[in-house]
Amino acid sequence: MTATAVEMRDAGLAFGKRSLWSGLDLDIGAGEFIAVLGPNGSGKSSLLKVLLGQLSLSAGSVRFPALQHRRRGPAIGYIPQQGTTEEAPAVRGVDLVGLGLDGHRWGLGLRGKRERDRRVAEAVRAVGATPFAEQPITRLSGGERQRLRVAQALVGEPSVLLCDEPLLSLDVTHQGVVGELIERRRRSAGTAVVFVTHEINPVLPYVDRVLYLHDGDFRVGTPDEVMNSATLSSLYGTKIEVVRLAGQIHVAGAHVALCEDEPHHVEERVL
Amino acid sequence: MENLFDIELTLRLLGLDFVRHALLASALLGLVAGALGPLIVMRRMAFAVHGTAELAFTGAAAALLLGMVFEGVAVEYGAIAGAVLAALLLGILGGRSAERDSVIGVVLAFGLGVGVLLLWLYPGRAHTQLGLFIGQVISIDRTNLAVYAVSTVAVLGVLALLYRPLLFASADPVVAAARGVPVSLLTPLFAVLVGIATALGVQTVGMLLVLALLVTPAAAACRVTSSPTRAIVLAIAFAELAVLGGIVLSLAPGVPISAFVTAISFAIYLSCRLVEHLRARVRRRKDADASEGAATAGAAAPAAGR
Repeated sequence: MTATAVEMRDAGLAFGKRSLWSGLDLDIGAGEFIAVLGPNGSGKSSLLKVLLGQLSLSAGSVRFPALQHRRRGPAIGYIPQQGTTEEAPAVRGVDLVGLGLDGHRWGLGLRGKRERDRRVAEAVRAVGATPFAEQPITRLSGGERQRLRVAQALVGEPSVLLCDEPLLSLDVTHQGVVGELIERRRRSAGTAVVFVTHEINPVLPYVDRVLYLHDGDFRVGTPDEVMNSATLSSLYGTKIEVVRLAGQIHVAGAHVALCEDEPHHVEERVL
Repeated sequence: MENLFDIELTLRLLGLDFVRHALLASALLGLVAGALGPLIVMRRMAFAVHGTAELAFTGAAAALLLGMVFEGVAVEYGAIAGAVLAALLLGILGGRSAERDSVIGVVLAFGLGVGVLLLWLYPGRAHTQLGLFIGQVISIDRTNLAVYAVSTVAVLGVLALLYRPLLFASADPVVAAARGVPVSLLTPLFAVLVGIATALGVQTVGMLLVLALLVTPAAAACRVTSSPTRAIVLAIAFAELAVLGGIVLSLAPGVPISAFVTAISFAIYLSCRLVEHLRARVRRRKDADASEGAATAGAAAPAAGR
C-alpha cells in the first residue's frame, strides 16, 4: 500500500469559464479503493477522462508514478458508463472481453491463442456471463453487457481500474458479484480503484476514501469523515442530514442528488 | 441474353487468356474486399466507400487525360491515387462521427464534378469512359495483374499487422482509446486500405457498384455470424462467389459483369437475412419451451418436497 498509483497536484478542470473542480490534491495508493460521488455535472466522468488522458487539466498535474516509463493505456482498466458506447454488429461477448486482454497489441494474435481463450473464459465465468458470452452483444440486456464490461476491464490485469457507474442496471446479486470481483482484484494485485457512482452503499465495505464533488468544490476523506451531516452541509452550503441505517448511508436534505436514479450524462457530450 | 445458358460458349471463353486474367484479378479483389468488409460494416463506412469510389473515378479520369500526354500513366494508378487521396481527405475532414456523413457528401459531389469535366476533356473512345462506371474487367492484362497482386499483398499484410487494434477500435472505440489504442491514427490508415481496395474495384465492377463487393458480402455475413473471424471468412467466400460467378455468367451473353455481380451478391444478402429470420424463430420457440419447462419444474418442486 506504499506505492502511489495516481498523483494529482493542484489539479483543476474547467470548460470555458465554468470550473468543475480546482485545487485537487489527491494521491491514490496502489490497492486503494476511492469512491467518487457527487451530483450530475459535478465532473465525475470528466475526472475519469483526465485519468485516461483523454481530457487535459486546465491547471495542475496528474502523474502515474507506479507506471514509471511504461505506457499508461495497457495498465488501465476502464468500465465506461452504460449508454455512452454504441454496440457494433458481428461482435460477441467473448470478443469484447478478449479485446480487453490483447486488443491493444499489434498483429493477428494467433500465437498463444489457447492461453488467451482460457483467460477469457475464466474472466467470463467470474462475472457469471458464460451462458450468454457467445451471443452477439447487440442481443444482450444492459445488465448482461455490464457484466461483460467488468470482465473486459479485469481480464487485462490493470494496475489502475477506472469505473464509471459500473453497478448501473445490475440487480442486487450482481452488484454484489461485481463489487467482490473488484475488491478481490485490488487485494490480490494492488490495483488502485477509482469508482464513480451515485450509490455508495453497495460498495461501502470496500471504500477506503470518498472524493465528493459538488459545484466546483470537493471533500476527500474516509467515508466517516466525508459522509456526515457537518461535512456535506458545509459542501452543499445548506442543511444536509446524513443517517446511518443498518450499515448503510442515507442522505436527506434539500436538492441533494446523491441517490438520484439516473446516471450523470452532462459531461459525456464534451468529447 | 439468350446465350445465358450456352455452356459451350462459356467454356470456350474460359479458355481465353484475357478471361483468365479477369478471373484472377477478380479473385484477388474478392479476397481484399471480403477481408476488409466486416470492419467496414462495423465502422458504418458504406457511404464512405461509395464516396471513395467516386473519387477513384475522378483519379482514373485524370489518369486517362494525363495518359494522352505522358506515356505510361495507367488508369489504375490514377484510380488508386484518387481513392487514397479521397480516403485521407475523408479521414481528416470527417474525424467527428457527427459530421462524417455531410463531409462525405460534400467531397463526393465536388470530386464527381471534377471527374465529369476531365472525362469531357478526354478525346478518346466513349467505351473507355463508360468502363470506369460499369467496370472493364475484360481489359485487364499482365501489367494490371501485377498491380492487383502487389496491392492485394500490401493491403492484406497491413491489415494483418493492424488487425487486433483495428478490431478493438471498430468494435469498442471508447475502451480501445482508454487502453492506449491509437484510434484516431487507425481511422485514416484503414481509410487508405479501403481506398486501395476501392480503386481495384473500380477497374472490375466499376465505380457505381463497388459497394456490391466491399459492403454487401460483409453485411450478409454479419447477418449469419457474430464472430469477427467467421464474418471475414464468410465475406470472402460471398465476395468470391459474387465476382467470379458474375464474370462466368456474363461471358456468353456478353452483358457487363456488374449486373450479375450485384445480382448474386444481393441474392446472397437476402438469403442471409432469411437464415437470420428463421434462426430467430427457432430461438424464440426454444426459449418459450425452456421457460415453460422451468415453470413445470417449479410447480413440481414443492410436491417433491412433501
